Amino acid sequence: MSDAVMGRPDESGRFGEFGGRFVPEALVPACLEVEEAFVAAWGDPAFRDEFQRTLQEFGGRPTPVTPLDRLSARLGLRVYAKREDLAHTGSHKLNNVVGQALLTRRMGKRRIIAETGAGQHGVATATAAARFGLACTVFMGEVDTVRQALNVFRMELLGATVVPVRTGSRTLKDAVNEALREWVTCVEDTHYCLGSVMGPHPFPWMVREFQSVIGTEASAQMRDLGVPAPDFVVACVGGGSNAAGIFAGFADGPSRLIGVEARGGSAIVYGAPGILHGMRSLLLQDDHGQITEAESISAGLDYPGIGPEHAYLASTGRAQYYPVGDEEVIDALRLLSEVEGIIPALETAHAIAWLVREAGREVPRGSSVLVNLSGRGDKDVAQVRDILRGEGD
Amino acid sequence: MTELERRLRALRDQRRAFVPYLMGGMSPRWLDHLEALVAAGADALEVGLPFSDPMMDGPVIQEAALRALAAGTTIETVATGIAERHLPVPVVVMTYYNVVHHLGLERAASLLSEAGALGTILPDVPLEEIGPWKDASAGPGLATVLLIAPSTPPARVARVAGASEGFVYAAARMAVTGHAEGTGDAQRVVRAIRAVTDTPTYVGIGISTPAHAAATAEWCDGVIVGSALVERVLESDDPAALEHAARPFRAALD
Repeated sequence: MSDAVMGRPDESGRFGEFGGRFVPEALVPACLEVEEAFVAAWGDPAFRDEFQRTLQEFGGRPTPVTPLDRLSARLGLRVYAKREDLAHTGSHKLNNVVGQALLTRRMGKRRIIAETGAGQHGVATATAAARFGLACTVFMGEVDTVRQALNVFRMELLGATVVPVRTGSRTLKDAVNEALREWVTCVEDTHYCLGSVMGPHPFPWMVREFQSVIGTEASAQMRDLGVPAPDFVVACVGGGSNAAGIFAGFADGPSRLIGVEARGGSAIVYGAPGILHGMRSLLLQDDHGQITEAESISAGLDYPGIGPEHAYLASTGRAQYYPVGDEEVIDALRLLSEVEGIIPALETAHAIAWLVREAGREVPRGSSVLVNLSGRGDKDVAQVRDILRGEGD
Repeated sequence: MTELERRLRALRDQRRAFVPYLMGGMSPRWLDHLEALVAAGADALEVGLPFSDPMMDGPVIQEAALRALAAGTTIETVATGIAERHLPVPVVVMTYYNVVHHLGLERAASLLSEAGALGTILPDVPLEEIGPWKDASAGPGLATVLLIAPSTPPARVARVAGASEGFVYAAARMAVTGHAEGTGDAQRVVRAIRAVTDTPTYVGIGISTPAHAAATAEWCDGVIVGSALVERVLESDDPAALEHAARPFRAALD
């Protein structure tokens, strides 16, 4: 590994004891091809230019940092939000997808496949596929196609085919299984556009690099705001791509890095080391090594594992990870909506919920805090309405 | 040389190997099913240990895994079952890495070996990551079987085939387990393996009919038949029905 806290993994794709490449032999050459193509592309100024230009002209970057004055007054903190909710398609997901779509084209492939939980990564993938003229198939757990029916329709409007996955728990982990199975049959002309900092090497590293634009921008923006090193950098974590992206801008400084997991899907707190989806990481599993089902109000955090670099950052103590419960999340979503005029995604509301709970406790009064506002809540309002109505009954 | 390879090399001088696959614990009578496969002429048995997320398996074996897990199947129950029956042919256990990783590699290797298994196949562990499992398996003498895929480049075929113990598993096609038409890329894959090793080479993945098996056996040492037989067990719990379904594969290879 390189010297930076969030540097390049070692030759085997490991961050400490986590990561690696646990895929069927059939996929090893494809993973090697992606690694080789990514290393070449990421070192190629022309590729970087096109990546940056696409994120600006098409993706709406840079996204602003917004001081959250009324929330700050409420909590006794100085809170700033990195506004990934304002990026095209409504979340940070597009950053990664633009990078991988450009890479797909560079490798001479014509089609991308993806898994999706909440649908954000699926929508982003379908969007980039449309933009770059690639065919696109998205695998989505059947449970999630119901929870996020509008996102299914969005993907279809964008020209993608959505395949409901009816195996296992019918959520994100099963969508990943099905995408991997599909990839085996079509690696020659198809790239698997994995949506988070997970999976086999080089995906955890590559996705973090594409997402590090969040941290790079935020670092400069916070400097301009006179807070070059906020006391805390906070992000929600499912697989962990938005957290990895913003952490990357601050990991070499003094800021405390905080990842917030859904209580029912907290692999750092309740997981054990294991192998799933091509990586060695911390996983929710039973006494016999069977993967258990994560349970969360938010489809995007409904994942029994976590990206291997997060498992590593937790093991070294460089980042800390805390769970929050569904009720705190709903309260946080309402609070941010009412006092700041920002309706966050349920995933994002986890980060806010932790901050609300820990203000004056883990987070001392007066602390400066940068929260990654990873996505907007439009996709969740129907679900939130149902939950709130249920409470009222 | 591992015991498994010694046995399979001796077998090669006699006939093409018929290696059916069954998921351990998928039915209450799974051990009777294994015996039915032996009665039908199986030369070795591939026994699955169920995993919740079988990324190399298609719908039939996924369903078998779900049933096995619902019935409380674990590595211990499968090991106990195999040990009790004293099956007269070599048993090779197929599972995913997390199942043995969670128990502890050395404990898992000892458990399987003490149960009488002679080898293992972990399809989600490629050459670069297989070292720790091979080390753990070496003491108890368990063979670690590796797969070669149609996508494996020639230089890599030599390294993977050279590291495979017992036999080399040639994947007939770029697919997960399940039904398929024809013999896929099997001939090309077997040819590439034969060019670099004389370890017995068996073809699997999508060998769905006795005709496929017969065609494939023309140029390899044995065939592995999974989903086509597992499906019979999903349909009927009667071991005689499975034996009836398995016999034509045996006949096709002789």
